[in-house]
Amino acid sequence: MRSALRAAALALVVGYCLAPFLWQVITSLRPTAELMSLPPLIPTRVTGEHYAAIFHGHPFLRIIANSALVAAGATLLALALGAPAAFALSILRVRGRAVILAGVLGISMFPPIATVSPLFLVLSTLGLHDTLFALVITYTAFSLPLAVWLLTNFFGAVPREIYIAARVDGCTAFGALVRVVLPLAAPGLLAAGLLTFVFAWNEFLFALTFTATEAARTVPVGIALFPGLHEVPYGEIAAAAVTVTLPVVVLAAFFQRRIIEGLTAGAVKG
Amino acid sequence: MKLERELDRPLWYLLPGGLLLVVVTLFPLGHVLWLSLQRHSLLHGPPRFVGLDNYLRLAGDERFWNALANTAYFAAVSVALELALGLAIALMIARVRRGRRLLYGVILLPWAVPTAVSARMWEWMYDAEIGVLNYLAGTHVNWLGSPAWALNAAIAMDVWKSTPFVVLLLLAGLQGIPRDVYRAAAVDGASGWSVLVRITLPLLAPVMLVALVFRTIDAFRVFDAIYVLTGGGPADSTETLSIYAYKVLFQGLEFGYGSALAVSVFVCVGLAALFYARLMREALR
Repeated sequence: MRSALRAAALALVVGYCLAPFLWQVITSLRPTAELMSLPPLIPTRVTGEHYAAIFHGHPFLRIIANSALVAAGATLLALALGAPAAFALSILRVRGRAVILAGVLGISMFPPIATVSPLFLVLSTLGLHDTLFALVITYTAFSLPLAVWLLTNFFGAVPREIYIAARVDGCTAFGALVRVVLPLAAPGLLAAGLLTFVFAWNEFLFALTFTATEAARTVPVGIALFPGLHEVPYGEIAAAAVTVTLPVVVLAAFFQRRIIEGLTAGAVKG
Repeated sequence: MKLERELDRPLWYLLPGGLLLVVVTLFPLGHVLWLSLQRHSLLHGPPRFVGLDNYLRLAGDERFWNALANTAYFAAVSVALELALGLAIALMIARVRRGRRLLYGVILLPWAVPTAVSARMWEWMYDAEIGVLNYLAGTHVNWLGSPAWALNAAIAMDVWKSTPFVVLLLLAGLQGIPRDVYRAAAVDGASGWSVLVRITLPLLAPVMLVALVFRTIDAFRVFDAIYVLTGGGPADSTETLSIYAYKVLFQGLEFGYGSALAVSVFVCVGLAALFYARLMREALR
């Protein structure tokens, strides 16, 4: 009796998490003729027309490529800048590290709306409006605090003796970072990289403000402004939504442990 | 020794990242404060320094107070629901032995869907005419079209999207509670309920506080969900501070007053952070 109750509750949780997405999948496969009426809940036949439409009619591929480039660029840059900073904060024991970490945490709490207008003015003046570069730089900066926190945590778990030993053996500090610390903290790099990638793939406000055309438009904005001339093309929106969610879902499935580690590190310890 | 000297020079490693943070986050924050003291409109001539005029206008702006009330309501209700629901789910999952990986995968799904995308997913389910919610519930509610429902509909979406984060955080916290504590309680013959109230919840409190901080700050900044779901309507009933600021900035092109609104979001988030920091310090004592 008790275990049956528990199983039912679990099924409820699973259903709650999956249902909105499943409904989107069903909608994306529903023939246009059946979109405007319920019932039937389950379509009488399955169609690929909406998927075909988004890849033909709209610059959808371009938008996905934009997002992939921006997210990959921001991820690499955030790691390239975050790892040395975390190295200084954890292993080199820079003076005032507590203050620096607190400052970084404070920056991570900045509301994007508070910085979006000056950035917009500056980017426009520099002629960087509607470029992928503008998004890469902004995303790198706004994901850097999280990356630094996570990496400081992970680097801190590398025994300092190993670093000292590498230095005594003639490694420079930078060489020790690259050859000794980074390989040992690889799971941390992966966790920080994954979270940065998902953040950049999903970000909306900056992307909405800094882009104007398909040249730099990213996935969330593309979906939000999905064109509809006469009526809202719900079938195509559903197909697009499913398509752009798949990459993150695949990432989340493959690297589940790292993502959860990244999301919860620090929160539990500190 | 050479080693020690180099150890004293870690600043070089902080420099590139620090510079980027200064240029892209701190400098704009100073700039927005400066803008908020100007009459700066892209439509009406050159900017002019006006002191605190924009903030005085804020105090008398009913739409600002409405947006502030909406933001506070959104944050309070969604965070309370996310913590309650997150705790229930975490306690349930903590006892599951088999199929955990799959379960975690399922829970990560709402978190992984971009907010703008999930807003469109929910918009479709909320549709008054052909939405699946009305169909399944047998109702005819215009969820997003009625001022009484729209903000709550946005909250329901946010709860779906953000509860997974709370669940994962609390699960990690639960795993950190030593087994011995439970064994001792079992020896003493404590009931399930009193174990929960006297042991689990107090030991979980620090992690719950962390979840509370992250979620509150996020909720106060809410933008994507509402912008895509309702755009702030109907009749400003879902307009939050970020939405209002965005409209003044980028639809009205009033960078002075819009910046004052943006600063107000910053102040709200800052106050919330300070309040929690204080709470944490007292909890640690």
